[in-house]
Amino acid sequence: MDWFPLINSLRIAAISTGIVLVLGVFAAYEASKLPRTVKGILDAVLTIPLVLPPTVVGFLLLLLLGPRRPLGAWFLEHFSLRLTMTWWSSIFATAVVIFPLLYRTARGAFADFDETLASSARTLGLSNTWIFWRLRLPLCRSGILAGTVLAFARALGEYGATSMVSGYTPGRTATISTTVYQLWRTNEEALAFRWVCVNLAISAAVLLAVNLLERKPRPGRGK
Amino acid sequence: MALVVDIEKQLDLFPLQIQFEAKDGMLALLGASGCGKSMTLQCIAGIQKPDKGYIALDGRVLFDSKKNIHLPPQQRRVGFLLQQGALFPNFTVRQNIACGVRDKGRRKAVTDALLQQVHLEGVADKYPGAISGGEQQRAALARVLANEPELLLLDEPFSALDTHLRFQLEQLVRESVRQLNRPAVLVSHNRDEAFRLADRLAVLYRGHLETIGEKHAVFRDPKTVNGARLTGCKNISPAEILDRHHIHALDWGLDLEVTGDLTGITHVGIRMHDVHPVPDGADGPNTFHCKAVEEVENPFSITLFLRPEQCTTEKTIGMELPKDQWSSKPACRIQLPPEAILLLRDSEDREIPERGDHSI
Repeated sequence: MDWFPLINSLRIAAISTGIVLVLGVFAAYEASKLPRTVKGILDAVLTIPLVLPPTVVGFLLLLLLGPRRPLGAWFLEHFSLRLTMTWWSSIFATAVVIFPLLYRTARGAFADFDETLASSARTLGLSNTWIFWRLRLPLCRSGILAGTVLAFARALGEYGATSMVSGYTPGRTATISTTVYQLWRTNEEALAFRWVCVNLAISAAVLLAVNLLERKPRPGRGK
Repeated sequence: MALVVDIEKQLDLFPLQIQFEAKDGMLALLGASGCGKSMTLQCIAGIQKPDKGYIALDGRVLFDSKKNIHLPPQQRRVGFLLQQGALFPNFTVRQNIACGVRDKGRRKAVTDALLQQVHLEGVADKYPGAISGGEQQRAALARVLANEPELLLLDEPFSALDTHLRFQLEQLVRESVRQLNRPAVLVSHNRDEAFRLADRLAVLYRGHLETIGEKHAVFRDPKTVNGARLTGCKNISPAEILDRHHIHALDWGLDLEVTGDLTGITHVGIRMHDVHPVPDGADGPNTFHCKAVEEVENPFSITLFLRPEQCTTEKTIGMELPKDQWSSKPACRIQLPPEAILLLRDSEDREIPERGDHSI
């Protein structure tokens, strides 16, 4: 059995989750400071990929990144770089699809944060940077962590947008989900089933990890 | 000159218009909930921004709308103790206090000294969630003191505690403020607490200061209905002026002899312990015959609710007596000493005070 699809899926999911973790937390933090009406509009805009069919996301991405499209043509001309049909093209696709998951959970976590803690810290002379890294982020940790794991799991399973942006080339762009589809299409059911089992095992491991993380008593709560 | 506040801010229900000065020692802002007293503290601390006005501490301008100055809380050096302490839950008690120390080189020494001062050595390495409310509040006080503030703001710091702990913390706060030797502003709706801790009192009503002065003077003459209520006066009645020395209390149907200027007076009040029982045949100013309507026993005193013979309403006058001075009887004669009667104005009609000028 060729393990390439597993490695490819894992690296795409890991990289896109990493990028989205930074972007999502940053966007959620900035959004939490905005006035309510602006926040509502921004929430809707940033959450749209969650409700769009992945094929629509893929279609829109191709409109932007395709070799004859504005961004894709520019990169091709200046860097001789094709933005589609490579393994890392999938990162664009999964990042867009999982961004709302992280953004929403981080927004919820920040909204639950007790602002009097920040006010107290400020009167004590502690900088806003200190408050963000030492108070806000640690105290919102479990919410953000849950969102991260969820996003990672969703990235592993992404199929629609990924297959449109990266296609299916065995050994180059194949992921677990596109491999399962291809194997089923070519009637290699036994092999497809093996990949299904691999996928199930990873998903179960991820969700178990969340459970274990959440069961660990947090400082300040335990007696 | 220490703290000068002259600010305006539009709140949901009314405008906040506050103007006062606080010198060394403690000033208590006394007001019903939602009157704008906490908002005032938040404006001084820099957590909220007034619409316009001026705030200065020892001549250092913290806020000036005309000059567009609005110092961030970090630069104000104003210590703020909140009702719930607001300890950082992910730091131990010791770490919380250490967070407040500005001089990193002295961090350990200052923290250890403060832990001892507030008697928290035993729980120093516990997280706030694992200690009691009283301990949390002491730790929060230590953290504020560690910061060496130039002004101390206390926003109902005792209200989440039960009576016994409250009393302990109150003593600690009193000592700490004395040691700090800086101005302090306490927000409270508890008159006993405000009286014990503060040197001066300010009475707030719907966003403005009604009365400010030395605490004994404010209790002696609260000036407004709201001030009388907040300083604990239970007997208050609307009144009509009869002549220069007499006023008719409408609720009780009594014509009262009073001393003092009656201009603008709309209500009269008398504190329950200022109502005196007198022998049946006794005569004198403001002596009346009353029916005892209800008797309530307190731990160390009796409260009687009396209805004067002249009274045509359902209202009563409360009288508080030591237990040994009362034996149950259906009627009694009381005196309302003229000098003990509070002459009050309705809190709603007020003159807009002229704004001070702080141009330097």
